[in-house]
Amino acid sequence: MEKGLLELTDVTVRFAGDSGDGMQLTGSQFTNTTAIVGNDLSTLPDYPAEIRAPAGTTYGVSGFQLHFSSNDIQTPGDEPDVLVAMNPAALKTNLSDLKKGGTLIVNVNSFDSKNLRLADYETNPLEDGTVEGYNVIQVPLSQLTNTALEDTSLSAKEKTRCKNFFALGMMYWLYSRPIEPTLNWLNVKFKNAPEIKAANEKALKAGYYFGETTEVFTTRYEVKPATLPKGTYRNISGNEALALGFIAASVKSGLPLFLGSYPITPASDILHELSRHKNFGVRTFQAEDEIAAVTAALGAAYSGALAITTTSGPGVALKTETIGLAVMTELPIVIIDVQRGGPSTGLPTKTEQSDLLQAMFGRNGEAPVAVVAPATPAECFSMALEASRLAIKYMVPVMYLSDGYIANGSEPWKLPDVDALPEIEVKFRTEAEGFKPYLRDENLSRPWALPGTPGLEHRVGGLEKANITGDVSYDPENHEFMVRLRAQKVKNMENDIPELEVRGDKDAELLVIGWGGTHGAISEAVDRARNRGLKVARVHFRYLNPLPKNTGEVLRSYKKILCPELNMGQLSKILRNEFLVDIEPFNKIQGLPFKSSEIENKIDSILGGNNGRK
Amino acid sequence: MADNKVQEQVQVKYTSKDFATKQDVRWCPGCGDYSILAQVHRTFPDLIGIKKEDIVWVSGIGCSSRFPYYMNTYGIHGIHGRAPAIATGVKVARPDLSVWVATGDGDLLSIGGNHFIHACRKNIDLKILLFNNRIYGLTKGQYSPTSEQGKQTKTTPYGSVDYPFNPISLALGADATFVARAVDRDAKHLQSMLKRAAEHKGTAFIEIFQNCVIFNDGAFDDITDKKVKDEKLLFLEHNKPMIFGANKDKGIKLDGLKPVVIDLSEGKHTIDEVLVHDEHDDNPARAGILINIDKQQDLPTPIGVFKQILKPTYDEGVENQVKQVTEKKGIGDLEKVLFSGNTWSVN
Ligand code: SF4
Repeated sequence: MEKGLLELTDVTVRFAGDSGDGMQLTGSQFTNTTAIVGNDLSTLPDYPAEIRAPAGTTYGVSGFQLHFSSNDIQTPGDEPDVLVAMNPAALKTNLSDLKKGGTLIVNVNSFDSKNLRLADYETNPLEDGTVEGYNVIQVPLSQLTNTALEDTSLSAKEKTRCKNFFALGMMYWLYSRPIEPTLNWLNVKFKNAPEIKAANEKALKAGYYFGETTEVFTTRYEVKPATLPKGTYRNISGNEALALGFIAASVKSGLPLFLGSYPITPASDILHELSRHKNFGVRTFQAEDEIAAVTAALGAAYSGALAITTTSGPGVALKTETIGLAVMTELPIVIIDVQRGGPSTGLPTKTEQSDLLQAMFGRNGEAPVAVVAPATPAECFSMALEASRLAIKYMVPVMYLSDGYIANGSEPWKLPDVDALPEIEVKFRTEAEGFKPYLRDENLSRPWALPGTPGLEHRVGGLEKANITGDVSYDPENHEFMVRLRAQKVKNMENDIPELEVRGDKDAELLVIGWGGTHGAISEAVDRARNRGLKVARVHFRYLNPLPKNTGEVLRSYKKILCPELNMGQLSKILRNEFLVDIEPFNKIQGLPFKSSEIENKIDSILGGNNGRK
Repeated sequence: MADNKVQEQVQVKYTSKDFATKQDVRWCPGCGDYSILAQVHRTFPDLIGIKKEDIVWVSGIGCSSRFPYYMNTYGIHGIHGRAPAIATGVKVARPDLSVWVATGDGDLLSIGGNHFIHACRKNIDLKILLFNNRIYGLTKGQYSPTSEQGKQTKTTPYGSVDYPFNPISLALGADATFVARAVDRDAKHLQSMLKRAAEHKGTAFIEIFQNCVIFNDGAFDDITDKKVKDEKLLFLEHNKPMIFGANKDKGIKLDGLKPVVIDLSEGKHTIDEVLVHDEHDDNPARAGILINIDKQQDLPTPIGVFKQILKPTYDEGVENQVKQVTEKKGIGDLEKVLFSGNTWSVN
């Protein structure tokens, strides 16, 4: 049968199945291949906190969403155009997200009475009208996979396990992607398990040929490469980019990297990644607890390392006292918080932006730290260099706020020219003459004097210190002076960070402000609203403390300000307090990122009627 | 740092004054901490090969934790309980440094217990001096995890209900490679323990019985007072029989697994029956016997080196791994790492 070929600019696909179905793997393989094909892309993995929840249950469903396009894109897509549901539970939990009239591909073999019961379906949704209005494609995935693997020596269970590769092959055919990148990956991955490798290869190819020969697909789609700026690209997740960023910071500062960390979701991948790069002199210390992780980093900073600690919200809570010690001892450490749903254990695998106030104020005493937040997965790289630069130059702890969404999500990253990356200047004190541990330079930073340097022996600690001499001091005037000085040190960074850049209409009625991982959804929403003729502008905060110098000026230039955040309004609170401007918070606290349509609708409701229309 | 290494050739001769700082020492008059500080000041000039600038003292919070301020070396006065963890960061980042921890029974065994056992377990090359006064001093007299059961303090007016830790058995249980005990008022012996700890490579733990004159005065008098100490203390010496008493006429013998005291003066027992101390024995059974001696009221309290064995340290291990991986993969090339994996070009 001759099949039609249809060109699309923009597709969102979601793979959903049991935790054990390998959906994350399927999604990331499709992503890598899509990257190689040259599409712009953005991903959203979504998986349960349980490692292997009971098979077939709704709470064991794991999903992976990928948005790819021949245009520039910002988000993993609001609604999937295509949903691949491997079992009834996956259908149940994902169907409502599927675009009206979208394509639903189901593994019909899994819709047996047992799985239907586990998913709480009283009748078969494929037959009772539940899926009406969608373009439903029923594929006997398990059966076809088993048939394809008939002549292998694998057990029945092992054969069924390969069905995700069958599905992947089928999707490759449907969207005209090559299977070679995944074949290459299988070659490396299962080097030592030739049977598994061969079976997965077979399943992948069978899926691909099934697409070609079956009559259920009448059309094949194509998404042309995006016109990205010239350069070499790779697909990168936020956690990977972050790890590489600190390696780069180590290279560019000439300081050995020390990571003190304790495993925690969703930050552990950074510890995994950095543990692999010992040939850069990276020392990773998996500590006995969160507190030891950060205190060890502090000890390493005192001794001259580029010292960092990686964690998530609950871990930051435990590190709090040590961060205060770093403020007091004026030592450069970077604390990376990959935020997740809170409070307490909260939603470990879901995203949220609810640690901003913790980062800003969550310590005893007046303990200011710098706070930065990358906006996209790829930006986690450059922000690592920036956080390191600020910590070292100002001898101040820096809180680095990533979140589960950008940490696990990925996008194409234009690889930087390594020689063009900024050097990070480090000045160790070596001169014994005139040395005092709390001397001040033009930035109010104290000297970094390393153990091993003769004549600079000195003690630091958590007790209040007299300025310059660094002696313990209980003097009331000195305490106030030092509290103000530590605040001023952070404030001084405002001369050293970029100003806010307003995007969109200069004469806009409404300014949309955001920070961190909501960047994509906000910019897409604003772009769409503008395309429809609304007058909207936006700014994005990458520096939360200190705030960019022109913050007040920007905020005061707009009549209305909207601040979408994945929390109860933490940035709004800070900005209102600082600048006495009215800001309308727009909050979502569901452990999920914003859909750009949600923000777009909010923009519409504010600008309502003809307000702001050209 | 490269410049400093040039000076390493020059052997500096120190006196104890070189290690004193200008800070006024602020412990209560008569506090056992003074003697410990004095012995450290006296011992450090003799630690051959360790330069002042290569020493870092780390402490937590408590009376003992003021220690770094009184040592003219590098130092960090940390936060409560975390000294071993801070010290770990120093040592792992800079294995060339000699890292010492000054801590107390509340600091190390209560709030910092986790860091202590893990430092021991990992055999990080730290010297940990526990100033054990069996009380909280700085917070003014609450019972501590080493206070004897029934202790009456402000928080336990009817006597404490909980059982104390034995720090030695905790350190042995956590596989510390050097475990010793000393007494603040026995200057010579304390100095020899400090030297032994300094020479040891790996986690060296010394419990020092320290008198808090204000809140727990005389806590150790029943065993360390001049009048009784010969009968109440058992000085452990490697390869020597465990004998004690003013006339050295009592010994420890094993009755099955139970240590008992035998009298050597009456001719009923001979020295051959007495248990011989072997500090290099890694057998947990021996550690168990020592702990047993230590815990029994009617037996003398062992003082000296309980155990010293050698095994690779954590910091060495980390360092070696960095070297080995670097040898195998070559010095890290940033460009190569960034451009690795699946890349594609847009022209
Ligand atoms: S309170 Fe006790 S331990 Fe503290 S300084 Fe005074 S005597 Fe020493």
